[in-house]
Amino acid sequence: MKSLTPPLLRCLCLNRSMDFIRPKRMLYFWIDKIRNVLLRLSWHLVHSIINLCYFTTGMVHALESHLISRGLLRKYKSLHISKIRYLAIVIESEDACRTSNVIELLQWLAALGIKHVSLYDNEGLLKKSKDIILEKFDGAVLFQDTHENNVLLDQPRMTLEFVSFYDGKEAVARAANVLLMKYIKSGGIGSNQGEQIFTESQMSEALKTVGSGGPEPDLLLIYGPARCHLGFPAWRMRYTEIQHMGPLTCMTYGSLIKAIYRFTTVRQNYGK
Amino acid sequence: MESESLPRKIFTLCKTLVRKLVFRVLRAGPMPSHIAVIMDGNRRYAKRNRLNEGAGHDAGAMALFYLITYCYELGIKYITAYAFSTDNFRRKPQEVGKIMSLLRESMALLTKITKHQPVRVHFAGNLELLSAELRDGARKLMEATADYSKIVVTICVCYCCSDEILNSVEESVLEKYYNHSYIRDSHDDNDNDDNDGKNTITLVDIEKHMYMAVTPEPDILIRTAHEHRLSNFLQWQTSYTQLASLPIDFPELNSWQLTWVILDFQRNYDYLARKKLQR
Repeated sequence: MKSLTPPLLRCLCLNRSMDFIRPKRMLYFWIDKIRNVLLRLSWHLVHSIINLCYFTTGMVHALESHLISRGLLRKYKSLHISKIRYLAIVIESEDACRTSNVIELLQWLAALGIKHVSLYDNEGLLKKSKDIILEKFDGAVLFQDTHENNVLLDQPRMTLEFVSFYDGKEAVARAANVLLMKYIKSGGIGSNQGEQIFTESQMSEALKTVGSGGPEPDLLLIYGPARCHLGFPAWRMRYTEIQHMGPLTCMTYGSLIKAIYRFTTVRQNYGK
Repeated sequence: MESESLPRKIFTLCKTLVRKLVFRVLRAGPMPSHIAVIMDGNRRYAKRNRLNEGAGHDAGAMALFYLITYCYELGIKYITAYAFSTDNFRRKPQEVGKIMSLLRESMALLTKITKHQPVRVHFAGNLELLSAELRDGARKLMEATADYSKIVVTICVCYCCSDEILNSVEESVLEKYYNHSYIRDSHDDNDNDDNDGKNTITLVDIEKHMYMAVTPEPDILIRTAHEHRLSNFLQWQTSYTQLASLPIDFPELNSWQLTWVILDFQRNYDYLARKKLQR
């Protein structure tokens, strides 16, 4: 009988241990699989419960909104509408083509006495439909950048402004080029002294020059599936109150009143 | 004494295990990579609990450290906190002094933590408004942790988004101005057309000079104290960010509220991801 040489012995031991390791690996593999499936099922269960909670609160809000629309809830009867000088509405671009909903919303706002409304959608579809909207909603004039803010509030009709992503970050880049030209013409004063070379008012003027000036809204209403401002011009929403209203297709007069009421009860410290 | 602390220890252990299990379930879905938070309500918390104002800020700092720990457990890489706005300098000098000393203590604690954990610390804001001691401490901490990338904690101090935009525009203007001067001085007329393109400020130039350029845009922005505004915080970076408003003061923020916010984010994830891809 041939004696087992060390390499052959090592090979035999290795095979034996691998025979033991393979089922162990398979076991761990299946434990891991089952664990992931259980976690995924738990995740879906949790989200089903969350969706049920949201559905229930949605029903409650719908009922409350109905009662507010009918004027049955006393606290919403008197609104200090003068607190809202400028209102902005962010509309999801997929809903921006629903001009009938947009016009209805504007009619509600005009009835409440809101003087200046900025309509924003990311892709600029509202801008493209502005002629249709202005034609069908004859209670408004188009906002011009040459308007001074105090003049806006004295207008008898609502001033309507159409804003898109083009008036946000891209406008800041265009305004920066305006400031660059001015800086080059001035010969670069202050560049070597480490001082601030532009002020906020110069930036605001530059934005007006490129056609993206406009007042900072007091309240911004988001009509969309998520609470997200979708790129509303950053320079104009520093201290703006943001309210999420849900999809445009589910808009109600009562929820609008509730949002405005909530805004009128807010007290801002502005960092103090 | 020991018999009283044992049930408490068991309760704490059970709470930790439940939290870890909940976090494990949460991670079965899409997770945010960046959470930003506005630390609002410290003074209200102190007033409600009859503490002095400084204690409210201490509790807020503790809550922030817990939040960083929870984000670390959840695998969330970027956390940004709005610690001090340039507007906050208008507060009472004692309160501003307290917040600055809290910032000093937090820097010291972060320095100790970063010796053992790969945490990158970044301070975003106009650091020139800080005292020389705090400014140097902040810069040293940023340099010492610049190579870490497992978790990035950004503390916004002396920060305002409008100031960030203005600073970024200034930096871009100065960069292009010096480039323009170089081209003019070199009298290189043949490349004028190319140089016109290079001398125009683009959105890329603006964004690279932002204080927050080291981090991606936040997926979630949490504001406590039931407030619904950004207060000049990251409005540039939050175009496609889920804005969450919690009806509690910041020192009361715990893992359950964080879980709720992330679940809400997961509900809207498909929509927000689609919006980000479309831009």
